[in-house]
Amino acid sequence: MSAGRDGPILSVRGLRTEFPTTRGRVVAVDGIDLDVMPAECLGVVGESGSGKSVTFLSMLGMVRLPGRVSGEVRFDGRDLLGMGARELRELRGRELAITFQDAQMALNPSLSIGSQILETLAAHGPAGSRRLFGRDPGQVGRAIEMLTRVGIPAAAERLRDYPHQFSGGMRQRAMIAIALVCNPRLLIADEPTSALDVTVQAQVLDLIAKMRRELGMSVVLIAHDLGVVAEHCDRIAVMYAGQIVELGPAEAVIEAPRHPYTQGLIASAPWLSDLTRELRPMPGSVPNLIDMPEGCHFAPRCPFRSDACLRPVAMRTAADGRQVRCIRPEAVA
Amino acid sequence: MTGAPLLQVRGVSRHFDLRNGLERLYKPAARSLVRAVDNVSFDVWRAETFGIIGESGCGKSTLGRTVLRLQDPDAGSIVFDGTDITRLGRRALLPFRRRMQIVFQDPYASLNPRRTVEDIVGQPLRVHGVGRAAGRQAAVTAMLERVGLPAESLQRYPHQFSGGQRQRIAIARALVLQPELVVCDEAISALDVSVQAQVLQLLRQLQRDLGLTYLFISHNLAVVGHFCDRVAVMYLGQTVEVGATRLLLAEPRHPYTRALLSAVPQMRRADRRPRTLLTGDLPSATRPPAGCKFHTRCPAAMDVCRTTPPALATLGDGRQIACHLHPG
Repeated sequence: MSAGRDGPILSVRGLRTEFPTTRGRVVAVDGIDLDVMPAECLGVVGESGSGKSVTFLSMLGMVRLPGRVSGEVRFDGRDLLGMGARELRELRGRELAITFQDAQMALNPSLSIGSQILETLAAHGPAGSRRLFGRDPGQVGRAIEMLTRVGIPAAAERLRDYPHQFSGGMRQRAMIAIALVCNPRLLIADEPTSALDVTVQAQVLDLIAKMRRELGMSVVLIAHDLGVVAEHCDRIAVMYAGQIVELGPAEAVIEAPRHPYTQGLIASAPWLSDLTRELRPMPGSVPNLIDMPEGCHFAPRCPFRSDACLRPVAMRTAADGRQVRCIRPEAVA
Repeated sequence: MTGAPLLQVRGVSRHFDLRNGLERLYKPAARSLVRAVDNVSFDVWRAETFGIIGESGCGKSTLGRTVLRLQDPDAGSIVFDGTDITRLGRRALLPFRRRMQIVFQDPYASLNPRRTVEDIVGQPLRVHGVGRAAGRQAAVTAMLERVGLPAESLQRYPHQFSGGQRQRIAIARALVLQPELVVCDEAISALDVSVQAQVLQLLRQLQRDLGLTYLFISHNLAVVGHFCDRVAVMYLGQTVEVGATRLLLAEPRHPYTRALLSAVPQMRRADRRPRTLLTGDLPSATRPPAGCKFHTRCPAAMDVCRTTPPALATLGDGRQIACHLHPG
């Protein structure tokens, strides 16, 4: 049943998500393979439209028709894609949690913060807790404890506040409190800080790191900022146009990128630590998902492209375990 | 730096009254007044890039708009190339408007979706009555080429372009009148990382070719660090530290500048330093703290900070700083 102690908590093979549109079929997620290990933090970076959010929404059964998801997703050995709606709902929120970029949109504006935490406890807590909603001092205490842990001052009083009475950073913290109230084993944090100012971003990322240590959970951190994932993740997956193009230890991917896209992304990003470094912009822009290049999706912008790149490129694993989707021999040397 | 600065901003304030018409009759003004920009002074020299950095709500956009007289200041003066434009009327201001332009953050919202690129970029020429139709078209075509857009873009509409290309259209519109000062208000913040560098490179190229002066407003410290000669750090409507970018980012002195810098995630492990985390959120702009506005979050706050606002002092290395720890 359950995967071994050392096995991955989340294992994804050949995940593919398509949306039919009036202008043709959009392949938003195009063959994702990845594993998330227990207590690991995996970073997923990519530009807008690279498919990083859809990938994880697809795994959690949150892509609606006419979207089609295929492939294999195993959470702790259980097949998520084959699971019924009720079974999946039991799992989500209890063992698998997700937070979104825009906390203002994700929180219900007409329910107090406290009842939104209690709601999660009632839905996933022990039997009978649904009946006791909001009246069980144990649950209310748990809600206060959770708000305190995510750094909301005077949590007992703020329980009655509505989302509009919280600042942006506090709303993000409240959403994290809701996600973590059932002690999940995996948290998917989708751009948790992209809408926040840099000083508040640092607070929220430190909070996620602290909660990961305390709860021993795994975290998938989705972001478009390379610095954010470099600082907080053990491994990094770089996504481009629906595919992972490079996957490896965070430090290795940042300091010695092997895929031309990762290299270009790092060369074009300004570094605060080296202001004299010349920025080298990448030519072109992200391809339209409707007419995706036949072979390597990055080929039209790649400085190393050759005729061989016009055929589909498979992910290759280097001797040191780094995975790179590129045909150049030096990419996996 | 010789001669007079192109732009002199002296003690400029811009306040917003949050009360509606009825509320003005019975509510006191004091608690409903947002001091978005509060007594700000700086100079911008010709052909320089002056950065304004700060978090959301610090007043950096309001400052940029006030400098261009898109909003009128409540106090202070704005001197452009030797002329005080603070009180100029609409007609008298018009020749100055030609010389200062703005590029906005959102290239989706700032371009009229029902106009062709030729219309959009040619509009400033028509408004200011520059040249005849044929001459205007030639100017628009030349400007599009300069910003790296193909000539066949003329008859297209904004939705047919990517975000980066749209921002090029907005830049072409700002530059078609051959202005001297361009305010870039978060001009690359809405773009993807790989496209940001393209637009930055274009802005720098244009500055070199046309001798432009930029007022570059951004929340991104790394971008400002790369792009600006000098920078002003703003907090709750005031500048807390002003100086050469390299100096300020390498040796920040104001506790807020330090905290801001230390919050930026670093890509390389070797560059990471222990963080000075700020606690709490930005105080409400309608009720800013007494004394130094930063004292509620400042790790080095002293008694004097709670009562007396610090004055902007000039240090030996030329930087200006408003902090009781650095009285100058």
